[in-house]
Amino acid sequence: MSGYRYPFAALIALAAITALMGGAFLGLGTEALRNPAGALQAFDPYLFRIARFTVWQALLSTLLSIVPAIFVARALDRHPDFPGRATILRLFALPLALPAIVVALGVLALLGRAGLFAPVLAGLGRGTWPGIYGLSGILVAHVFFNLPMATRLFLQSLDTVPADQWRLASQLGMTPAPVFRLIEWPAMRAVLPGIAGLVFMLCVTSFTIVLTLGGGPRASTLEVAIYQALRFDFDPARAVALTVVQLVLTAVAVALLARLGATMTGEAGISLSRRRAMSTGPAERAVNIAIILAAALFVAGPIVAIIVDGLGADLGRLLSDPAVARATSTSLILAGLSAVISVALAWALSAGRRTLAAARGSAPAGFLERLMDSGAGFVLVVPPIVIGTGWFMLLRQSTDVLALAPVMVVAVNAVMAMPLVLRALRPAYDSAGGRHDRIAAQLGIAGWNRLRLIDWPVMRRPVFTALSFAMALSLGDLGVIALFGSDSVQTLPYLLYSRMGSYRTEDAAGLALLLGTVCLGLTLLADWLGKEQTP
Amino acid sequence: MSDGLAVRLQSVIFLYEDMRMSFDVTIAPGSLTAVMGASGSGKSTLLNLVAGFETPQSGRVLLGGTDLTAASPAERPVSMIFQENNLFAHLTVEQNVGLGRSPALNLSPDDREDIGAALQRVGLAGKEKRLPRELSGGERQRVALARVLVRDRPVLLLDEPFAALGPALKDDMLDLLRALHAEKRMTVLFVTHQPEDAAKVADAVVFLENGRVAATGTAAQFFDGSAPEAFRRYVGGDDEPDPVPKPHSGTCLNPCADLPGSRHNLRSNDMSSFNDHGVMLGLERF
Repeated sequence: MSGYRYPFAALIALAAITALMGGAFLGLGTEALRNPAGALQAFDPYLFRIARFTVWQALLSTLLSIVPAIFVARALDRHPDFPGRATILRLFALPLALPAIVVALGVLALLGRAGLFAPVLAGLGRGTWPGIYGLSGILVAHVFFNLPMATRLFLQSLDTVPADQWRLASQLGMTPAPVFRLIEWPAMRAVLPGIAGLVFMLCVTSFTIVLTLGGGPRASTLEVAIYQALRFDFDPARAVALTVVQLVLTAVAVALLARLGATMTGEAGISLSRRRAMSTGPAERAVNIAIILAAALFVAGPIVAIIVDGLGADLGRLLSDPAVARATSTSLILAGLSAVISVALAWALSAGRRTLAAARGSAPAGFLERLMDSGAGFVLVVPPIVIGTGWFMLLRQSTDVLALAPVMVVAVNAVMAMPLVLRALRPAYDSAGGRHDRIAAQLGIAGWNRLRLIDWPVMRRPVFTALSFAMALSLGDLGVIALFGSDSVQTLPYLLYSRMGSYRTEDAAGLALLLGTVCLGLTLLADWLGKEQTP
Repeated sequence: MSDGLAVRLQSVIFLYEDMRMSFDVTIAPGSLTAVMGASGSGKSTLLNLVAGFETPQSGRVLLGGTDLTAASPAERPVSMIFQENNLFAHLTVEQNVGLGRSPALNLSPDDREDIGAALQRVGLAGKEKRLPRELSGGERQRVALARVLVRDRPVLLLDEPFAALGPALKDDMLDLLRALHAEKRMTVLFVTHQPEDAAKVADAVVFLENGRVAATGTAAQFFDGSAPEAFRRYVGGDDEPDPVPKPHSGTCLNPCADLPGSRHNLRSNDMSSFNDHGVMLGLERF
């Protein structure tokens, strides 16, 4: 197209993302070169044990999330009229909106040494209940996140089975077993690799859950070991070695994911409409109801525990605590900034991709365009802890690393939220562009006028959706701040973690309720803004 | 008022996917030319090249003798109306028309007066504050025409602008188009699939086939039986020699001599041509 402008904003965005990644790798590289012997020595049995545990817990978490999810999804699909089904599906959307640290606290409130179930569990076992730490704690929390997500994704796949197949099945008098084998399983098997890959990826890079529920070196993953090497042992050489292994691991996982055709985000659009009446016998009905109720209780448990324990805390005193007030405002400012930057990056990439796509006409997409398109998703390959570690090493030579905590938190969270923000923003941007590009070009509406008169009024809603979504993500993050946090710069999750660490359990419970409520509120807001699109 | 400019495509080569299109054609200034041809023959591409939405690989696009091959769409003395999406859904009728005068929507009282007059001219007086979704399909295209009036460019391109409208509504719009053309004398290029539309308003025809101009001529030549064979094949389907009935003898096909009322209607019982168009539309849509 003539009058075609070069996508400068998108190039700046790409440069900024590249600089963040590149700086991290530079830091890792110089650290490795400074002490190559130390980095090589760090590849010791301890490192391999941690790597093995990282993969092992991720595999177990995936298995324990996916297999039950298949049956929960099937049960929910079988009973479209089940009372409270819509509520259960909404409940299943909640875990992903909650910060990991809040969930960890919820799990402890139920199953910890002093948890609600501790007396029961003590009665079952050998005297006192030691509390759910280590592998079992990690697994419970991971399944809490991933089982509901996997259920929703499986349910979505069952939704795509044509109604005629169900009619045919009931006409042929198929019993539940053949229905599962011939209809339900093939539909779910098609999406199984993608869902399993996604869950595995989330678990293999899990930091907060392992940090808070792992409970020691016996149950430590690579990310937590990196954090400990940097902040406690101060062994940068070991941190480099751990980071390299973590990178290889995630790269392999992502390569597998890409091959399996998985999505990198777990969002499911499920129709809540009743669809068909499949006759189910009383025995199957009872089993299904038991499965649904068990899953609902499992998901509701930690959430209820967070609420009950949080309300039990002295919220009045907590809110008037200056440290809490300071952490809250720090969190809101940092998360707000990172959300704005994230949306700006995603907007620039959307616009750049569209400009390039329009310029090439029917020719195949060029490298830059693909970089702005699917390439952006690859930042997810590099976990926040790895970026943080790299910059930590790069900066520690020249400056007080901890003083840069706000910059690092904002930058890393902005880039990490960007691929997800892009998913919220780009469809709206592209569809508006399809309607407006030619007529705007014709009328000479460009630059500021185009932004003010055309793009902003149309994009306002998706932008606010993306903003609140990105803000919720950043607000709950305990990755980068764990590396860079100090008494002078504390976010809410950091404060929550340090109160947990100093056994001020009641404070922690109150803060978890506060943080969870804010994140959930933002996610619901994002959801609502995303749905109420005016045509 | 803006008198039309000659539109000239000189040895224009444009590659679209696997298709190599080449256009070499001159449109007389102030004419109302129907651009016809099968789906994929390059009608929209021809218009997009004139409007500047596509840039040729080689050759020149001249408007009124000026080489505008490299000019941006907004720089060209051209207005274009598409089949849909001519309006911004979140802006009012008045604002949508006003964008034709100022891309920043800085409108003087004079501008507002012109906008009001243009809306009145297309029959939308009193609907200034409506949003596009509160209008019918025909009314939305009238808003687009009002913007054309306000922009006042010497070349007007229409890419099947009335294809989504019902027959009666479409006839009204064709009448309006012809009347506006008679007033403004701009050069109009009008893509249509319907021979009766072309016969009704056009004074010249450009017929495209496989990405090149297969035939040009006056509307009279095209619709009085002496049309080129390729065009007869396109219109008639089979070997029927004269699928489109002749206009009544003595009727002039040149709209400059026509009042909006006098038209050359196809006989409505000409089923062969109507069936054919049904098929054509079907192919176009699905």
